[in-house]
Amino acid sequence: MSHAAPDRTPVLQAKGLVKKYGRVVAIDGSDLELYPGEILAVIGDNGAGKSSLIKALSGALVPDSGEIYLDGRQVQFRTPMDARSAGIETVYQTLAVAPGLDIADNLFLGREQRRAGPLGSVFRMLDRNHMRSEAKRHMSELGVATLQNIGQAVESLSGGQRQAVAVARSAAFGSKVVILDEPTAALGVKEGNRVLQLIRDVRDRGLPVILISHNMPHVFEIADRIHIQRLGRRATVITPKSHSMSEAVAIMTGAAEPPPPTA
Amino acid sequence: MATATADFDVRKNDSLGLRIQHLLHANPILGPLAVLLVAIIAFSIVNGRFFTATNLSLVLQQVTVIATLALGQTLIILTAGIDLSAGAIAVFSSILMATFCVDAGVTGVIALLLGFACGTAMGALNGFLVTRIKLPPFIVTLGTLTIFFSLNSVVSNSETVRGSDMPGIMTWTGDSIPIGNFRLTYGSIIMLLLFGFFFYALRSTAWGKHVYATGDDAEAARLAGIRTGRVLFSVYTVAGLLYAIGGWILIGRLASASPNVGVEYNLDSITAVVLGGTSLFGGRGAVIGTLIGALIVGVFRNGLQLAGVEVVWQGFAIGLLVLIAVSLDQWIRKVKT
Repeated sequence: MSHAAPDRTPVLQAKGLVKKYGRVVAIDGSDLELYPGEILAVIGDNGAGKSSLIKALSGALVPDSGEIYLDGRQVQFRTPMDARSAGIETVYQTLAVAPGLDIADNLFLGREQRRAGPLGSVFRMLDRNHMRSEAKRHMSELGVATLQNIGQAVESLSGGQRQAVAVARSAAFGSKVVILDEPTAALGVKEGNRVLQLIRDVRDRGLPVILISHNMPHVFEIADRIHIQRLGRRATVITPKSHSMSEAVAIMTGAAEPPPPTA
Repeated sequence: MATATADFDVRKNDSLGLRIQHLLHANPILGPLAVLLVAIIAFSIVNGRFFTATNLSLVLQQVTVIATLALGQTLIILTAGIDLSAGAIAVFSSILMATFCVDAGVTGVIALLLGFACGTAMGALNGFLVTRIKLPPFIVTLGTLTIFFSLNSVVSNSETVRGSDMPGIMTWTGDSIPIGNFRLTYGSIIMLLLFGFFFYALRSTAWGKHVYATGDDAEAARLAGIRTGRVLFSVYTVAGLLYAIGGWILIGRLASASPNVGVEYNLDSITAVVLGGTSLFGGRGAVIGTLIGALIVGVFRNGLQLAGVEVVWQGFAIGLLVLIAVSLDQWIRKVKT
């Protein structure tokens, strides 16, 4: 559990992000800091602006104003591809997998690797064996060893296994940050716990994780710090040790005054 | 490992129906292949003339144009689209080729290439309307179908151009290599080479994976970083070129370029794709299935004819087959895992 020391440079930082849709203000000057080696949970009521905030960080939305810094350098993301090539991988709630394709194909979807030599450059032939063995390696590195057949179609997997494929993809290609949007929302207790372990594994491999979740027990079990979003801005940042679950919910809903950041 | 074993055990206890469902889900090509083989055996028993080299080469010649159009149609249906203008593009391209060389007097090769370019442009127009104007493929191709057939009548004056008036290359696709009594036309060879090419492109290139991913779930594909608009545009454009090649093969087959053929080609090409096990909902299927599907149509038409069934009832039988194939697809899609 590497707790973030405040003097360290955040891997990813947002300052004063604003996004308006007509008269509706989705993000109203929101800040966010993600430090190396931590799991930062982002919680908030519906309409608090968490998904807009996350979309701004993953390039799915261009903020009207405000700044985003990656490793201390200012960046501007116009598309999800921009954020991705900067090293930020996002696992969307909808998972973004192609059900009919197999696990290896899905892991490399959008960044397929071609064979070396003329077979690859002229005939555009994919290096299936290499991608399969790489996929296998990534999956087993994350302890997803139950998936025996890497050539299995993703539609034949359970919800948790599909989630594992999506998380493995982000961990395999994200070099700086992994963002997970409600990764346990559709899962049963057992599968949810497996995915939590997967998220810890990603963090322990050195990739900081931003986790958006409604599931308070999961958040308090896994997060190093908890960013509470309220009314389009960051209300405060707490830790699972400094506050209880009910206190967090009270801050989130406005029933309690946000305390000064404890982390 | 535990889950895999468990799955296997469950499957053993499954009813025969469920096991067939799983088998077809894993190998969608088996169904069409079985239909084709049963049809061939049945028609061979009914009429001794069916299974002869002469007749089989006729069947292949009859399906060559449809199969070529169905290949382009497969690409589009894999992306969850549909192309009602396939036949119109093929026929209009063949008329344009004939007009270029007979009326405009350009050489055969140039006329051919111009015809290919026009077909490609017509496909690109469909692609543009689908990806940029964001209209449903059904509506787009319904509109362009009507437009292309109309232009077709204008350009041709509704007159047929005889093959003997055209340069040799235009009707070359109808020439054949005799293998015993089997006459393999150059058109059929081109068609088979095209199937081989797209079999490879869909299975072993990133483009192929993107076609499947886009048809499976376009939004998921986009979030995974695939430029789905480009994929769709490329598919419609390539299909246009394939239809134009189909138009060239059509000239060889008919030994003429006629504006009055091909109305049924649109639906026949979709029929071949569906019979071949490619799902109209996108993302599932393969070009080999389409080739089998086209052969099923050809074998049924030819076999029923030899069996003395009237033409009107041939359509009835093909229609019935399509409904069965689509029902089967729905059933296979509901597979439980």
